[in-house]
Amino acid sequence: MRFFQHFGEYLLFLKAVFTKPEKGKIFVKQIFIESNNIGVGSFAIISLISTFIGAVSTIQIGYQLVSGILPDYLIGRIVRDSNILEFAPTVTALVLAGKVGSNIASEIGTMKVTEQVDALEIMGINAANYTSLAKIVSGVITIPMLVLYAMMLSLIGGAISGWASGIISVESFVKGLRTDFMGYNVVFAMTKAYTFSFLITSVSAFQGFRTEGGALEVGESSTKAVVYSCMSIIFFDYIISQLMLFK
Amino acid sequence: MIVIENVNKTFGTKHVLKDISANLYKGKCNFIIGASGGGKSVLMKCMVGLVTPETGSITFDGRDFLKLNYKEKINVRKDIGMLFQNTALFDSLNVEENVAFPLRMFTDFTEEQILDRVNFCLGRVNLVNLNKLFPSNISGGQKKRVGIARAIALNPKYLFCDEPNSGLDPLTSRVIDELIKDITKEYNITTVINTHDMKSLFVMGENIVFIHQGAKWWEGEKEGIRSSGNKELLAFMEASEF
Ligand SMILES: Nc1ncnc2c1ncn2[C@@H]1O[C@H](COP(=O)(O)OP(=O)(O)OP(=O)(O)O)[C@@H](O)[C@H]1O
Ligand SMILES: [Mg+2]
Repeated sequence: MRFFQHFGEYLLFLKAVFTKPEKGKIFVKQIFIESNNIGVGSFAIISLISTFIGAVSTIQIGYQLVSGILPDYLIGRIVRDSNILEFAPTVTALVLAGKVGSNIASEIGTMKVTEQVDALEIMGINAANYTSLAKIVSGVITIPMLVLYAMMLSLIGGAISGWASGIISVESFVKGLRTDFMGYNVVFAMTKAYTFSFLITSVSAFQGFRTEGGALEVGESSTKAVVYSCMSIIFFDYIISQLMLFK
Repeated sequence: MIVIENVNKTFGTKHVLKDISANLYKGKCNFIIGASGGGKSVLMKCMVGLVTPETGSITFDGRDFLKLNYKEKINVRKDIGMLFQNTALFDSLNVEENVAFPLRMFTDFTEEQILDRVNFCLGRVNLVNLNKLFPSNISGGQKKRVGIARAIALNPKYLFCDEPNSGLDPLTSRVIDELIKDITKEYNITTVINTHDMKSLFVMGENIVFIHQGAKWWEGEKEGIRSSGNKELLAFMEASEF
């Protein structure tokens, strides 16, 4: 029952968020600021994580395929597909749920408990729109870019670890990458990326916006933002995979 | 002028505002006083529309706020300036940007005009050379003054101040009081002040509404307090004299 109530509140929140901003110029400025916070601010951690996931997945897939029967370039192919289909979009999203989600929730939550949201409302500004729309839009613009970037880096990381550990030569790895490449997989991954980025930003903004109380509650909201974002990411990962991979 | 009629508000089972009616006059400093927990802040929040009462009406110069649609409400709100108890300055914006915020949102002023107006408002509250500082880097009294500057940036018709001088030293309190009073007279604003501070009541109070346990207990001019014969009001006044 509580779930449905929260879900209804979430929808009402989105309805308030997706209205025309009071001043276009201010909105554009917010977009630049938020894109910088979310996108550029997450660049380093995503670089690090995706490179290592690519590297680790190459080693593990290499470990599972040391039969000598299968040609080794298959390692490259499997690394490519698993990173494009799952690791790059989902792991990036989960990491950003932690980083960006908690940030959004605590920022908006703090505005809520210090009455900054009330101050906006009294001025006649739609506070849900003002505090959240730019964050959601910026997230939906920049997070999928980070996912694309993570895909590329994970493959580079894979090539490096394959070569460094002697599992597979760079030539074979690249041959594997180019074998039976399906553009559809990237479409699938980007569909996930757009969905996840919307989920992370909107769920976290919602958690921030419904904060009541003080500093303690801001902390709670921030934790909830991460937990609910992650749960919804995993859930939609399943749904989208089911819908798009086995029609 | 703001007319409050038969306002009731309950939170759960707690009846916080009990059938309150009161008039708040234009060009005057209207005071809402009463003991802590009496419902002053809730009443003020009802007036500015942050809390919706179950019954009653709140009329801003003929505009019945609770009956208005969303657009019309926004138009009333553009006439409202509010100083929050904890100032509620935007902490991601510096002093200048805080005061400029309503101007940027609601006017088509050029940057130059905005800056002029900001500096005028900040000058009005005797704050100069703090433009580029952030709220976390200025004192409580300075924050209150920035809050007032932001509240008056758009020339409001109604100014609400929730405990404008709580937590301030007596000297700064008087400065803030004088400021609010001057602004009220100068622009003929309907000013509503929520306070425990009896000093400021005697300095600037004109129309006084005394709230006791959620009900309006007494209303009148400050000169009438002594002769009111209202036991609770007199006790409340006595407690704050020393
Ligand atoms: N959101 C809320 N939910 C439940 N109860 C509330 C809420 N807001 C206020 N109350 C209750 O309403 C009563 C009046 O509170 P209010 O803040 O108006 O007091 P006050 O007169 O402003 O006191 P103070 O002078 O200490 O600020 C209190 O008992 C408070 O517990
Ligand atoms: Mg109060």
